[in-house]
Amino acid sequence: MKAKEFNIKWGMVIDLDKCTGCGACMTACQVENNIAPMVDSSNKLRTLSWMLVFEMSNKKPCPDAEIAYLPRPCMQCGNPACVPVCPVVATDKNEEGGIVSQIYPRCIGCRYCMAACPYHARYFNWEDPIFPKGMEKALSPSTSTRPRGVVEKCNFCHTRLQNAKDKVRMEGGNPEALPDGAYMPACSEVCPTGAITFGDLKNPEHKVHELAKSENAFRLLEKLGLAPQVYYMSKREWVRKLGDNYAATGKPGAEKKHS
Amino acid sequence: MDRALFPEGLERCSFGKFALWMGFITAFFLFGLYAMLLIFAKGIVVTGLDNYFGFGLWITFDLAVIALGAGAFFTGFLKYILKIDQLKNIINLTVIVGFICYSGAMLVLTMDIGQPIRAWFGYWHPNVHSMLTEVIFCITCYCLVLVIEFVPLVLEQKQLNKIPFLHHLAHNMHVNMALFAGIGAFLSTFHQGSLGGMYGVLIGRPYAFREGFFIWPWTFFLFVLSAVGCGPIFTVLCCTFMEKLTGRKLVDFKTKALMGKIAGTMLTVYIFFKILDTWAWANNYLPSVGMTFDQMFYGVIYGKWLMFTEIILCGVVPAIMLITPSIRNNPTLLYTAGILDCIGITLNRYLFTVQAIAIPLMPFDNWQFYAPNWAEWATSGMIVAYGFLVMSLSYRYLPVFPQEKMLNK
Repeated sequence: MKAKEFNIKWGMVIDLDKCTGCGACMTACQVENNIAPMVDSSNKLRTLSWMLVFEMSNKKPCPDAEIAYLPRPCMQCGNPACVPVCPVVATDKNEEGGIVSQIYPRCIGCRYCMAACPYHARYFNWEDPIFPKGMEKALSPSTSTRPRGVVEKCNFCHTRLQNAKDKVRMEGGNPEALPDGAYMPACSEVCPTGAITFGDLKNPEHKVHELAKSENAFRLLEKLGLAPQVYYMSKREWVRKLGDNYAATGKPGAEKKHS
Repeated sequence: MDRALFPEGLERCSFGKFALWMGFITAFFLFGLYAMLLIFAKGIVVTGLDNYFGFGLWITFDLAVIALGAGAFFTGFLKYILKIDQLKNIINLTVIVGFICYSGAMLVLTMDIGQPIRAWFGYWHPNVHSMLTEVIFCITCYCLVLVIEFVPLVLEQKQLNKIPFLHHLAHNMHVNMALFAGIGAFLSTFHQGSLGGMYGVLIGRPYAFREGFFIWPWTFFLFVLSAVGCGPIFTVLCCTFMEKLTGRKLVDFKTKALMGKIAGTMLTVYIFFKILDTWAWANNYLPSVGMTFDQMFYGVIYGKWLMFTEIILCGVVPAIMLITPSIRNNPTLLYTAGILDCIGITLNRYLFTVQAIAIPLMPFDNWQFYAPNWAEWATSGMIVAYGFLVMSLSYRYLPVFPQEKMLNK
């Protein structure tokens, strides 16, 4: 299966050595994308977290014990598992930039895409969004809220891409060649340690272009062949090894890469 | 009281007894109906599903009943296309069982989707690349075919059949039934396959993903074979269960054994390819994506015993039992083999539905557990109760079993 290619490829490189697990990215994401707090959020398998920070451990006793945190947005896969399975074309990867879309008014809520995604990046709206009194005044005006019964996921704050393009148009620039930093998702912008670098992976003028090629860079579950547009990097070997199963288990398996 | 409605020359229990039975079943049905209305009102938040387990009991139930209901299309194919005449003794029952299974599955699906009011989007905005689209189209069309196959049986009800128009309509529908049997076989083969294809295309789920032929993963073919390997014997089990309930002989054992032979033959073919497929998956595909066989299982509820039970105890064993004439011709052993067979196929559907999505693929993620809650059980029970109601009414008032009079002289 061949990954879908575009002239622009929006992507992230997340430096796991810089991530402190503070969760600011998760909060910024919730605010930017109008994700309502659940009345009862005790069941974490039901909460909506387009951006979710996982904790990783090297499973060693003290004093060698180490912890790392891995922020997980939607991987915007080049060869997405979720897109071809949707029975009603409610999700697609057909826009320049390679962001996997989610069309809420089209989604029937069958959750086939959720079953397909190995990163658990897709979330179901178990209830209608109810914003606590006063909070509705702080909603993002450009992001639609979603009704109960549809699937949603990170879209790299797509409205920010539209806004960035509009701004460049107003200034007489080329909206298809945004400068580095002109478009940045909320998580990337808010990260206090600068762990999340965002940009066009194909544009040499963008930082992510080089970072993604770093010898410490890797992608999650690369052997599955989904070609994520989100890269991670860490100087720590045990962290890199947790990026894929063959590395984590020390069983490399057959060399044959799945076609 | 309702004697005039009974099939010609047949005895049925008293109306009071029948009403009591129907009342008992209706209680289960109403409990499920309450759960269903609650789900439509409040959404599937009332179920035990979550973001890790988007598929659960309902999808397992759907896939299982659709496989078990495969007796309808396959027996129809053998009776009307391949002209195996002996199957006329049980063909009506296969149609009713198939109708119940498919209509029930469709009802569950409308509950299962988050936006039931958008259910028609599947036809209006179809994604031709999605196996689920094919399933939506074929299941609906095939359910209509089953209605067409069921209608003549209803029209043959003693009083209805006295109306000349309905009598002729039923007769003419019977004459052309081979056409519908053919359409049914085509539609059913494709959606049974597409249900398997739904899992086989999941590139992000190594438990389910399979390579295959052209656009069809191997699971496509395995699901077709497994469905025809259990559908016929499930009809036999339904028939025998009805015989035990009513205390009357309904189908001769020779026909049942023939159904067992048909199911056994298909199950043997299936299990041969299933073992090959599992071997290739464990030794070739899994290592190619950096995973091991052991990583696919965990503890007791996700243990390897499930797969071995599915393939050996409820696959190889019933296959051998059903293709061995001396075992097949013993009623107790035939039914035992049938029960094992049906459990095995149901377990297969469960594993592809729940185990496949339970496996934590990111090495730092954990196994999560899913337990269906009362709302899922109640609504699934409602479909079973619905099946009992349709079957009870059909048995009491329709000429379902052509041999019944002769067998109970």
